[in-house]
Amino acid sequence: MHPMLSSTAAALCVFSILLVPLAVAGLALIYSGLGRSRSAAHTMMASLCVMAVAAVVYFICGFAWQGYGSLPGHAIAFRGKPWNWISTGHYFLRGLALDGSPASLAAWLGMLSVGLAAIIPLGSGAERWKLRACCASTVVLAGWTYPLFAHWVWGGGWLAQLGADYGLGRGFVDAGGASAIQAVGGLTALSIAWILGPRRGKYAAGGMPAALPGHNVVLVLVGCLVALPGWTGLNAAGSLLFLGIEPSRVAVVAINTLLAASAGALAAAGMTLSRFGKPDASLTANGWVSGLVAGSAGCALVTPLAAAFIGLVAGALATLSVEWFEARLGVDDPGGAVSVHAVAGIWGVMAVGLFARAAQGGAGQWLAQLVGVATLLGFVFPLTYGLNRLLNRFYPYRVEPEGERQGMDLYELGAGAYPEFITHTDEFTLG
Amino acid sequence: MRLAGFLISVAGWTIVLTAVVLFSLPALRTGFVLAGVAVEALGWVLVIRSHLGTRRGAA
Repeated sequence: MHPMLSSTAAALCVFSILLVPLAVAGLALIYSGLGRSRSAAHTMMASLCVMAVAAVVYFICGFAWQGYGSLPGHAIAFRGKPWNWISTGHYFLRGLALDGSPASLAAWLGMLSVGLAAIIPLGSGAERWKLRACCASTVVLAGWTYPLFAHWVWGGGWLAQLGADYGLGRGFVDAGGASAIQAVGGLTALSIAWILGPRRGKYAAGGMPAALPGHNVVLVLVGCLVALPGWTGLNAAGSLLFLGIEPSRVAVVAINTLLAASAGALAAAGMTLSRFGKPDASLTANGWVSGLVAGSAGCALVTPLAAAFIGLVAGALATLSVEWFEARLGVDDPGGAVSVHAVAGIWGVMAVGLFARAAQGGAGQWLAQLVGVATLLGFVFPLTYGLNRLLNRFYPYRVEPEGERQGMDLYELGAGAYPEFITHTDEFTLG
Repeated sequence: MRLAGFLISVAGWTIVLTAVVLFSLPALRTGFVLAGVAVEALGWVLVIRSHLGTRRGAA
């Protein structure tokens, strides 16, 4: 469903899209703070470069393949039903009327959303992923993986049509991008973590992980607060453009977004408090973001109470999953990107099928959401892993051992994030 | 083993798609979609085991 927007809805949509870069800024601050100080500038620089590469690549071909519901697409017919799998035309946005129409706003939102998806893998590859390799990987994500899946969900593709063609509720629903942005980014983050391998010193010979604490928890927590308006804008714009909600429903979207994040943070804080005796700040931040991620899929379709529950479960899931990935699966993910974006994103998508059932078509909606999750796990992950593995073969992603020892700031950028920061050891010995 | 895991995951996904296209009875369709997801899970187990094996080899 891709309706024309009223002037109020269009104005609200423009305002909401203007907020979206704050989500990117928030994630960049979080990843920078969760890494060590010797790679802090590199993480911020990589975030900016990746955002820029993603926007340019999406402008060149990304939107052409993602498309929008009102634009034509390639379809294959199975048993008389069309399976629209990719959009056609509008390379370099040529021929697209940039006049505030829903398609033009979707293109603008897409240029920012793809940047958000592309910086998620920086969280798992921090402190060992070359800057040029980050950019090369972003070309693949912004030019192929993201537009393909986003077309299926938001561009009138086959997932969105599961309702009309096969009677599965209203088809696959994801208003704010829990799947198309977050899970796609999170699964790419897992691919990157596996391809790069762990940081030096992360695992002892027996496989026991060592704690490599982030250098600035203040940055992490400020990043959480900065991300909130960005996510609210993303959810509101997505709901207006892709679900066709009335402008008055934006208040519900904003409240649900805040409640999901808050419940996620409280769940993580409570769990770490009960397990370790003190709340863990970085895991609480992860809980906050996982609430934002999970809440975005059904932000316009569920009640505030359901949104809080979705966030609560997401916060708990992310907290457990960070430990599981690190200790049991040997995945070194300094920013918790896999747990926060892939695991919480998938939970958020399934939660739409559970909590929006009465209004959205019963068990059929749940099945449509399950088909979407199966597509992420059975198609998107092998695709993104294979493409990154291939790129890694031509241009190795991992920095040389000297770069890791020296820190990415000095090795790749030639200057540290904190050049005037000097540790005075005598402060701790005198007096 | 990793490649086999990925191929099994993709095979699971095709079972899911086939179930959506071929079956119209809700119970049958749901059953086959769940079976496809289970096959995907099997593929993921293989991929994860392969990753853990590589890690132990490196250590």
